[in-house]
Amino acid sequence: MAVYDSFNYDVLVVGAGGAGLRAVIEAAASGVSVGLICKSLLGKAHTVMAEGGMAAAMAHNDDRDSWRVHFADTMRGGQYINNWRMAELHAKEAPDRVRELEAWGAVFDRTPDGRINQRNFGGHRYPRLAHVGDRTGLELIRTLQDHAVHTGMTVHMEHTVVELLLEGGRAAGVVAYDRERGRFHVFTAKAVVLATGGIGRAYRVTSNSWEGTGDGHALAYRAGAELIDMEFIQFHPTGMVWPPSVRGILVTEGVRGEGGVLKNSEGRRFMFDDIPDNYKPQTASDPEEGWRYTQGDKSARRPPELLTRDHVARCINREVKAGRGSPHGGVFLDIAWIKEKIKDSEAHIKRKLPSMYHQFKELADLDITKEPMEVGPTTHYVMGGVRVDADTQMSTIPGLFACGECASGINGANRLGGNSLSDLIVFGKLAGEYAAKFARENGAVRADETRVTRAIQEVLAPFDRGATGENPYKVQSDLQDTMQALVGIVRNQGEMAEALKRIQAFNQRAARVGVTGHRDYHSGWHTAIDLRNLLAVSEAVTLSALERKESRGGHFREDYPDKVAEYGTFNIMVKQGNDGAMKLARVPLPPIPEHLKEVIEEQKS
Amino acid sequence: MHVERTLPPTLKLRRTAGALATAVGLRGDESPMPKTATFKIWRTHPEGDGTFQTFHTDITDGMVVLDVVHKIQAEQAPDLAVRWNCKAGKCGSCSAEINGKPRLMCMTRLSQVNLLEPVTVEPMRAFPAIKDLVTDVSWNFRVKKAITKFKPRRADAADGTWRMRQRDIDRVQEFRKCIECFLCQDVCHVLRDHHKHEEFIGPRFFVYAANLEMNPLDTEDRVPELKEQHGIGYCNITKCCTKVCPEHIHITDNAIIPLKERVVDRYFDPLTKLLRVFR
Repeated sequence: MAVYDSFNYDVLVVGAGGAGLRAVIEAAASGVSVGLICKSLLGKAHTVMAEGGMAAAMAHNDDRDSWRVHFADTMRGGQYINNWRMAELHAKEAPDRVRELEAWGAVFDRTPDGRINQRNFGGHRYPRLAHVGDRTGLELIRTLQDHAVHTGMTVHMEHTVVELLLEGGRAAGVVAYDRERGRFHVFTAKAVVLATGGIGRAYRVTSNSWEGTGDGHALAYRAGAELIDMEFIQFHPTGMVWPPSVRGILVTEGVRGEGGVLKNSEGRRFMFDDIPDNYKPQTASDPEEGWRYTQGDKSARRPPELLTRDHVARCINREVKAGRGSPHGGVFLDIAWIKEKIKDSEAHIKRKLPSMYHQFKELADLDITKEPMEVGPTTHYVMGGVRVDADTQMSTIPGLFACGECASGINGANRLGGNSLSDLIVFGKLAGEYAAKFARENGAVRADETRVTRAIQEVLAPFDRGATGENPYKVQSDLQDTMQALVGIVRNQGEMAEALKRIQAFNQRAARVGVTGHRDYHSGWHTAIDLRNLLAVSEAVTLSALERKESRGGHFREDYPDKVAEYGTFNIMVKQGNDGAMKLARVPLPPIPEHLKEVIEEQKS
Repeated sequence: MHVERTLPPTLKLRRTAGALATAVGLRGDESPMPKTATFKIWRTHPEGDGTFQTFHTDITDGMVVLDVVHKIQAEQAPDLAVRWNCKAGKCGSCSAEINGKPRLMCMTRLSQVNLLEPVTVEPMRAFPAIKDLVTDVSWNFRVKKAITKFKPRRADAADGTWRMRQRDIDRVQEFRKCIECFLCQDVCHVLRDHHKHEEFIGPRFFVYAANLEMNPLDTEDRVPELKEQHGIGYCNITKCCTKVCPEHIHITDNAIIPLKERVVDRYFDPLTKLLRVFR
């Protein structure tokens, strides 16, 4: 029989980024017992990397803003296949969620009249992002972390969940191991909240840390939950491209929000060459108007650099492919040019973008106040995830909740910058609230001993194979190359069919990986375990992308380059079939109520 | 909560906190990068203690020390333990001592290191070893919880919000840049050499306390606990913490000294003492 320690909570939250911590706070406030599992140390989750800010229509910098505009912006950005109810809840509740952070100790940048300052961002009609310089994610996670530790919850750091337990079709807990010693722990819980973040590690070039291996996506999938919108992956247009070791690290959209411009090797601002029709009425007609917009001129329209991320990423991709790229395969992002406009621009840039200044200075030996940066697209965010009920965040499995990046619905085909941090706090709160309610209304659960034993055996199998097995790092690396090359920014039928074939082969290799040594803090072993999740999400992305024979948002197919109206009526869903194979289905979009349709129409002008 | 030490005696002698902050080993010039390098990485033994293991590896332009550790992990030592997350100097996970100097591995470029000699990479020595480069930093989380939490004044506006001027929060925002890498704790001699973990919270948490004390909205008074429980008097302002801070927070000047002044004003100012007698 397997050896393990046992823990029991009313609500168990898996993941300690913004969404998980917010869920913990809400659940604990209602009086239930709460456990928190995090893959790293507390406060290190990928939320710290978020830079630009969190979107909330507080209308501090422009009183024309309201939840209606935010809602319409989010739906437009998502190409209208978002879950309308999530977009509505998000737009309405984000301002309160941001304000309560201040009551918990967050210190946002201020407007001249002393309120929370809001900045411009791509796809947002008005300045809407509450921010702290360019380290808003750190502020969010630190505030939530420092508040959460006083709520009476128990945190289990450096634990990785390997299996979701069910009892009678209901979530019952998880099996996890601790990194430090490699011991197993079984957690039973009346409600489980997944808040595990993204899947960026399935790709070679990514802004995600090692943790972004689609754990929550895969755990939910293997337990029988539904995933939707997995074909929609956001390639952030501006990641670092040089030096090679930092390729993919994020360069905040805030650089463009503060007046930074994109240029190709010919010095041309190529973003002016390709403005989609539905964004033309809101886009500046010349560089001067764009500059005025970034400086807060309410009569000006935004520069094309602030179009949605999917579009900007494709434009950069096109420039590089056409041979107009920068020396290291990107394009130029120039903020230094604002010295023509602003006295003492050096100090201005350092104040507005301190961590970008720091990042380039230390990692690329480049002074962004004097020289342009080289940037290119990087795998940043997955719009797809666990299908949840909008109001409660419960998945199709009773007692299993999901929030943040591993859940789906709010973003549709493409997420607007700044909507992620606000998503975390709006839906993290709802997930915590309803998970606690579920726990109060439902009885205790037990862990299925057979299932626990089997899960532990599976996870330990790489040690049995030892040195004769495949190197897990090599399999992960080959998978990343495949996804990058064949299911990336520009996709087609032939390449994705090839990717699918390779993923099947990787599955067989993954079943043969071996490791040696002791279980304590063994990165090779952890990589072997993560592989299962990466392979499941990679297959889900590829299958869904093959099914969507059109181009929309974060999904672009060169063999079907146009948007097709019919495809705007459903989400693509994957689920594990009874035979263990991945099954696809088209799930009709819930119809938008008339009053919200009107909101969308009124904002189209 | 006494923290066990696992330092071999030779290292204890060689690496006192004072020597650390001025340790040399980072080079300034940018001479052409060699194609290979030798790294001596600390490996713990299952029975305790540890030794340096030597690795030779290929290197390329622009690499940071964490890249080398990962490369060795992927090609030569899959069970080599290292803690990391963002690889961009924002999460503060990959703290180590590189050529004896406390640094983030992800923010130390090879072009800054003398590659003609073997580069040593060791764990933070002020914390108990877990495995290889990974240390047990859980003490820090317990200490933080013991600091009185933030409590705001009543809202300024009817909608429950506050008004603050940017210039009144600039200094707090400096403290909030902290990424909790704990390099300042590692280098502080009160912790590293004198093991005052029970009585002294260390530079990181003076920065944290200063952030709360100087937040214009906060209503709590942490001066008594700073003096009595958090041991601010132990700090003798050697500024080692400030020197190693990857976020360039002026830990000593902007956080610790102002807090010390508050303690002094409250408890040791002769005039206040006199007034207290007559009150």
